This record gives sequence, C-alpha cells and structure tokens, in this order.
Amino acid sequence: MAQTATTPKGMTIGEAGSALAFAALALLSIIIAAKAYTPEYAFHAYLFAAASVAAVFAIVNRYYGRPADLPARTIDGKPNYNMGPVKFATIAAVFWGVAGFTIGLLIALQLAFPALNFDTAWLSFGRMRPLHTSAVIFAFSGNVLLAASFYVVQRTCRTRLVGDLAPWFVVLGYNFFIVIAGTGYLLGVTQGKEYAEPEWYADLWLTVVWVAYLLVYLGTVMRRKEPHIFVANWFFLGFILTIAVLHIGNNVTIPVSIFSPKSYILWSGVQDALVQWWYGHNAVGFFLTVPFLAIMYYFIPKRAERPVYSYRLSIIHFWSLVFMYIWAGPHHLHYTALPDWAQTLGMVFSVMLWMPSWGGMINGLMTLSGAWDKLRTDPVLRLMVVSVAFYGMATFEGPLMSVKAVNSLSHYTDWTIGHVHAGALGWVAYISFGTIYCLVPWLWNKKGLYSIKAVSWHFWISTLGIVLYISSMWVAGILQGLMWRAYTSLGFLEYSFIETVEAMHPFYIIRALGGALFVAGSLIMAWNVWKTIAMAEAAEQEALPAQPALVAAE
Amino acid sequence: MSFWSRHKIFETNSIILVIGVLFVISIGGLVEIVPLFYLKSTIEKVEGVRPYTPLELAGRNIYVREGCYNCHSQMIRPMRDEVERYGHYSLAAESMYDRPFQWGSKRTGPDLARVGNKYSDDWHRDHLRDPRAVVPGSIMPSYHWLEATELDMSSLAEDMKAQAILGVPYTDEMVKRAESDARIQANADDPNAEDLATRYPNAQSRSFDGNPQKVTEADALIAYLQMLGTQVDFKLYDNKANVR
Repeated sequence: MAQTATTPKGMTIGEAGSALAFAALALLSIIIAAKAYTPEYAFHAYLFAAASVAAVFAIVNRYYGRPADLPARTIDGKPNYNMGPVKFATIAAVFWGVAGFTIGLLIALQLAFPALNFDTAWLSFGRMRPLHTSAVIFAFSGNVLLAASFYVVQRTCRTRLVGDLAPWFVVLGYNFFIVIAGTGYLLGVTQGKEYAEPEWYADLWLTVVWVAYLLVYLGTVMRRKEPHIFVANWFFLGFILTIAVLHIGNNVTIPVSIFSPKSYILWSGVQDALVQWWYGHNAVGFFLTVPFLAIMYYFIPKRAERPVYSYRLSIIHFWSLVFMYIWAGPHHLHYTALPDWAQTLGMVFSVMLWMPSWGGMINGLMTLSGAWDKLRTDPVLRLMVVSVAFYGMATFEGPLMSVKAVNSLSHYTDWTIGHVHAGALGWVAYISFGTIYCLVPWLWNKKGLYSIKAVSWHFWISTLGIVLYISSMWVAGILQGLMWRAYTSLGFLEYSFIETVEAMHPFYIIRALGGALFVAGSLIMAWNVWKTIAMAEAAEQEALPAQPALVAAE
Repeated sequence: MSFWSRHKIFETNSIILVIGVLFVISIGGLVEIVPLFYLKSTIEKVEGVRPYTPLELAGRNIYVREGCYNCHSQMIRPMRDEVERYGHYSLAAESMYDRPFQWGSKRTGPDLARVGNKYSDDWHRDHLRDPRAVVPGSIMPSYHWLEATELDMSSLAEDMKAQAILGVPYTDEMVKRAESDARIQANADDPNAEDLATRYPNAQSRSFDGNPQKVTEADALIAYLQMLGTQVDFKLYDNKANVR
C-alpha cells in the first residue's frame, strides 16, 4: 500500500468558526424577523437570515471542493496573489457605478419634473437622494477602494493577502451592507443623518466588516517582503483607520428595541450637528480623498511608467492632510447655532487645507514629467491625470467656499451640489474609471482593453457631462443665493421663495443632461469591461506588472 | 542623520504608523467637539423649550423617514434677508431635544425652522396631498399617502423610553401615557386637552388632518410642523444675554 504524504483534510478553525457564527446569526435573524415591529425590519431580518444560510452553505461547499492544503503563499518563490476578491469588487464597482449614476439622473430629473416622483413613497426624492449618495459613495467608490487596496497591498508588499475566508468576508459582507442600506432607504428606514443614513443594525454589521478589513489589510502589510511600506499603503491605512473612528463616533445610538429598526443618537441638537459634520466632511476627506490619493500614487506611476515625483512631498502632504482634514467639519455649519469659535476654527483649517491638497495634486501631476506625450495616446492615463486636475480645482473651490463671507452666499444653494460633483465626478469617478481600466486586463490576464477607442469616447462624453453639470450648478447656486438676499428699492425682499425655485428650472434641465452624458459614458465602460473579460486573447506572459519604483530624492 | 530619514520609523513599522495616524486624527476632533459638551455658553438659556409630545415625536420620525431634510433646512442664519423671510435666527436651545438634529444643508424648498402656525392645518393637508394645488411652481413630491395611513403608535412609549435614557426629561408618567396622549392631541375638543398641556406646555390639540375618524400620519406630521419654532417667545427673549 502506497503511503500518501499529504496532511489529512480537515476544516480550519476559520471555516468551522465562521460557519458556526453564520448559523447562529441565521437563527437570531429568524427570531428577530418573527417578532419585528415593522414589516420593513422583518424583511431585512429575513435578508440577514438568507445571507447567513448562504454563507454557511458556501463555506461547507468550498471546504468539500478544495484540496486538503490551503493555497500556498508562494509558488516557486513568487508570491501567490489572491485576486478573487479583487475581481469581485471590480465587477461590483462597475455595476454600482452604473446604478448610482442612473439614480442620480432620475433625481436630477425629479427636480426639473416633479411628476417623476410617480406619487409613490419609495420613489420620492427624499428617499431616492440618500440612495444616490450612498450608491455612488459607498457602493461604487467603496468597491473601487476594496479592489484597489487589496490589489495594491499585495503587489507592493509582495505577499498574498492574509486570511483564507477573511478577504471574501470583507468584500461580500461590505456589498451585503450596501444592499441592506439601499433597500432600507427605499422602505423609509433611515437615521436621517446625511451620508450616515443606515440604521443601527446595518451600522453594527458594517463595523464587523470594517474591523475584518483592517485586520486583513494590516496583517498583509505586516507580512510584507519589502522593508519599507509603500506610500500608497500609508494612505490606505489612514483611510481604513479614520473611517472606523468616524463611523463609530457618528453612530453611537441606542435602538428602541432589538425588534425595532429605529434608534436614537446619543448626541442631540448642536452637538449632534458638529459630530455629524465632523463625520460628513471627513467622509469626503478620508473616503473620497485619502484612499484615492493612494490609488494615484500607485496607478499613475504604473501607467505612466515614471517614478513618483517627490518622496519628501508625499511625506509632508500625507501628515498635513490627515491632520488638517479632521478640523474642517464646522465649515458646513457657518452662521448656524454652532458657537462662533468652532466655526472660525473650521474655516481657518479649511483654508489651510488647500496647501496639502495641492501638494498631492502636484505630486500626482509632476509624476508625468517626461511622459506627458502619453496623454495623447493613452486615454486611460488621460482619465487619471484629468482627475488629478479636477482634484486640484475642487480643493481650491472648497477652501474658497469655507470662507464665511462666501459661504453666506453659497450655503444651502446648488453651488454646493456643483462643488461636490466637481470632486465626485471629476476626481473620484475619473480616477476610479482609470483604476478599473487598468485592473481589468491585469486581473483577467488580458493583453489590453478590448477597445481603447471606447475609453476615449467615455472620456470625452463624460467630460462634456461634467462641464454641463458644474457650470449649470454654479450659475444656479449663485443666482439662487443672490435672489434670496435681493431687496427692492423700497426695502422689501424682492423675490418670494417659490420664484427662486422656478428660476432653477432651466439649470436643472441642463444638469440632468450633463448627468445623462455621464451615465452614457459609464455604460460604454461597462460594455468595454465586459468585452475585455470575454475576450479570448490572453496576455503573452504574466500581465501583472512589477512594483513601481519609489525613488527617494535624497 | 537627515531629517527625512527620520521618517523611516513610520515606513518600516506598521504599528507605529497606525499609532501615528490615530494620534494625528484625534487632535482636531477632540479640540472641536469636546468643549461643546462642557462650555455652558454652547446652549443658550431660554424659556419655553420642552420635549416633543408623543404625537409631535411621531410626526418628527415621519419627517426623518421621508427624508425631508434633503430639501428643507431647519436653521435660520442671522442675516437680514433670512430673518425677514423666516423669523428670528435659530438658537441652539431650540434643537436641544432633536435626535437626530435636522438643520439640513440644502434649501431646495424653504427653511422650516419657524413654519409653525404660519399656515393653516388645511393648507398643510392640501399641500402634502398635492403641493402644486396650493403652490403652482412647487417641485415637492406629493405625500398623499400620509393622510390615508393610520399612525402606528404601538412603539411610541418605547421611543420615549429610549429618549429618556439619553437624557430627555420624559417622566415615567409621560412614557406610560404615550399612546393616549397622542390620541388626545389628535382629537378635536378632547376633554383631556388641558391635562395634556400640563405635561407639555402649549401643546396644540385638534384634528390636524381634518379627519376626526382616525389618527393618521398626516395628523402627526402636521402637529410637528405646527409646533416648529414656536416654543421660544422672542418678545421676551434677550439676545444680548446669550452672546457667545
């Protein structure tokens, strides 16, 4: 009888433990569903139960299908990267991107044509708007960040992701959170805090997922084969840590009951306002800026085949950016009942924030020195470089609007909406598109994208859309602000409120047109990604690129 | 050793990098947020601000549920045009029982901080049913289902209990009477209306949606809207006493 040298197959502690935990969660969810106060909450509890049962099944099924040994960390001395979760998050990002932009288009049209609320509760603007913001911020950008961070951390640390099930738990658990949050908004389950609308049970779930994310990420960094932690990983770590702190700080609530979806926040009134905007502004700072700078530091040097421009600048702007961003929240509360000293602090730091923001922009743009000609031939690089330019524009406009005199005009108007979209469409979405276009051929081992020409079309159509969007919102916002404060020669307010609403109509149509172009661009991307993955032509060798050089300018 | 090489400690030691980031991001938040809890000047001393009645609280929760804050602010800034358009600028004290705060960030529609008692109940009901019937240029969605949906009062007492744990001065008696107080307030000429007003000073009691047969979500929402910004009597309020 021949003896086999393999170890006997057994469930790992992770597999057995996760399966048991999910089984317990399924049971708990069913109990809660049975006793839930509202049908909406029961629906969510059943979703939790179904997802937990599916997780148990998937874990057991995977166990029976896998070989006795877990995947090796290295094969022939080369790291055996774990790209499955990265692929999933990349596809999810494309899906949520198209969905989120389309919902944005719908609510833009609702403001121009209120009949499009269709007289139903769940399609009304008040419920759809949080769906739009969460879909683009947390679903689209969030999945881009999961994909990019898991990709970059493996490549730059030259090691496989820590954990066997854990990376999958992070990616799938995060997307399950999105489903709970999104369906909740439509059903009227909300905390009523902007960008923090999900209720307590969704928040708890996200906390568990996020801690797992931190552990997987940090564990991978600690296992690195490189002596230095690459600059992109500082930014990703800063993002994961700070979002954890912000998420917990802004969601300290007590539920009315474990059987009720409703909860009340620990802070009230003015304190709640500042905690909310400490969170809200740093959702911009640490979700939509810091990790996308990490993407900039990896993908732009990679694509341009140039080293990062300045190592010293990256140190200065990293620490000053994370230090100053936290202070800027009160500029959302200028001239409100927040004490003046806090407003002034917020304004001062917001203006100072201009400098580290432009430090990042300069470092990204100057990385192209010697490779500017590539902008003509490579639309993917063009998307990413234009995104950095938009970042520079939005981070100039932001400090400007945080000055109290300017804010007195711009606050409460569509100028703010225009400003947000300069950053969201121009910076976040463009660098995300660039990332997706880079990642797809690398991950699926293809020679290149199916159509570079389609990327060029995507770029020009979306850029036209952004221009229409931003300029119409500038005009609308400034017009509205001026109309609100206009006086007649006799000293009466010149316009009733409804006249200022009616004046917005043409700009809302132009904005919707811009949004439609942006949606069209994203559909071109989805088609291109689909065709690239389906394309038979594989790369000749390993398509995964080598580590980018971070040249220290000593 | 050059200045730049000192950064090596963060680049080669992930735990020190983590501690460094956590330290740096803590400072701003602590300096700005913590004083708001102990500086006595943060919330002005005023007469008249009381916790919401059960019906108003239910109405407020509907306001939150429907996402009204996405288009309506509840925060009047101290500028000439705003004060003339909406009324006295908002005080921090006026939202001291607001969980969550609903100051808002966008005025697609007008500010609502002092909408209370500005329009009739009928106007509100018609406006919620079909905004363009009363304001032709309005772009607000219709909320016609509110007056057709009976108000769910089953967890009102628990809502108030949770708020009491967080420090809202709801007494045990108020919590116990939550549902009956809500019914009293939504009823026209209820004999117990005066009794309700002893627990909740200046509470307005009537059938807000004009349908005395049942207590609807429109009753609750209109009761909430009609009390917004009405608690402080600005004829008696001394601005100078609360300069911060």
